Amino acid sequence: MNWQIIDQSLPIFAKAFQLTCWLSLVGIIGSIIVGIISSLIQYFKVPILSQIFTAYVELARNTPLLIQLFFLYYAFPVLGLKMSAETCGIIGLIFLGGAYMAEGFTGGFNGVNTSQINSGKALGMNDLQLAHYVVFPQGFALSMPALAANIIFLIKETSIFSVIAIPELTNTALDLIGMYYRSNEYLFVLVVAYAIIMIPVILILSYLEKRVRYGSFGN
Amino acid sequence: MAHSAINVFLEGNNISRIIGGLWTSVWIAAVSLVLGLALGTILGVLRTLPNKVIRFVLRLYLEFFRIVPTIVLLYLAYYILPRTFHVNWPASWMAVLAFTLWVAAEFSDIVRGAIESVPKSQRESGLALGLNKMQLFRYVLLPQAAKLELPATINLATRVIKTTSLLMMISIMDVVAVGQQIIEANNQQYPNAVFWVYGLIFILYFIIDYPLSAWSKRLTAKHSR
Repeated sequence: MNWQIIDQSLPIFAKAFQLTCWLSLVGIIGSIIVGIISSLIQYFKVPILSQIFTAYVELARNTPLLIQLFFLYYAFPVLGLKMSAETCGIIGLIFLGGAYMAEGFTGGFNGVNTSQINSGKALGMNDLQLAHYVVFPQGFALSMPALAANIIFLIKETSIFSVIAIPELTNTALDLIGMYYRSNEYLFVLVVAYAIIMIPVILILSYLEKRVRYGSFGN
Repeated sequence: MAHSAINVFLEGNNISRIIGGLWTSVWIAAVSLVLGLALGTILGVLRTLPNKVIRFVLRLYLEFFRIVPTIVLLYLAYYILPRTFHVNWPASWMAVLAFTLWVAAEFSDIVRGAIESVPKSQRESGLALGLNKMQLFRYVLLPQAAKLELPATINLATRVIKTTSLLMMISIMDVVAVGQQIIEANNQQYPNAVFWVYGLIFILYFIIDYPLSAWSKRLTAKHSR
């Protein structure tokens, strides 16, 4: 382990670090939006759309991000749709993440106790009121563990962007290894960089999870 | 023309090469899962024991694998083992090692959670019958935990299968790497081959993973009812 080499590589890694954080943030926010839309459509069983979104969720969840990215980056240009690597990366991540988020939210909505729904009905609520006042508040609280797991998962999935040459952390480390043959040093910085991102995220999420647990009712 | 590019699969032995690549991915996933689940069960049981040191060390082990992306784990095994420890295995065994340790870490958490959620009365009844610690785990806790952990285990398996798509990054001839070679070799004749080859690989992964995740979902629905 040569500290001088690590020291020299830090400015390059700092740039990659920012890019990984930025891509993760955009990917997570996009995924949550897609996930909410998709789970609402599935919850209200909107005709046709809900079938399309169910198919989307299954297709995205059961195929690797790497192939999804290859498809976007290499196969779409053949069809005349050319996008930059970063656009492909973000679209791919949101495609994958949206499906995972949708699954998590749907699980939360379905987990709401039936006695809660029956009580709402007994109070004379219609379907929309039930959804707004009973199912969603409790459902989102119940889907918090899944949301936390998905956020951690999506941040780590940005490492796969390295295959389409987006200069995020993993790609940067590989580039440096390829140029200078210093695998121990660069892999060490890479692992530390991921730890710097992941440890606060994991701590914040587990704190939130504990807070939200009081948000469930009944039982 | 898009419809003619599908013929790329009929060129030479392309189909059998893709199946061969798929087999590489499947056996690496299968061996890693078997080894990882065995190791993960042992680690999971150890994590339910009262010894604080063991629990702390195993917790660190789990957190390391939660923090580091799988692709980085592959590189760690691929670069550090040969250079620093002079282990010269073929890349596929390096991948098996990295995947096994990863699966064991994740599964240890699943096992621990499942053992802890077996009702306390079960443990007490076992002890009242005079079972020793080994027997208690062997006959009472692990069988009941196995039932609870099945959906999460199947999900883990689908993730391992999907993650095999990264094997080509450490120069293993998996299904993706074979696909890339076919695309490059036939680029002149079939410029649209990229669409069909990646499309086929996409479908192949879906065919393997979809039944598994549907099974896991059905089990989860049954549990929550």
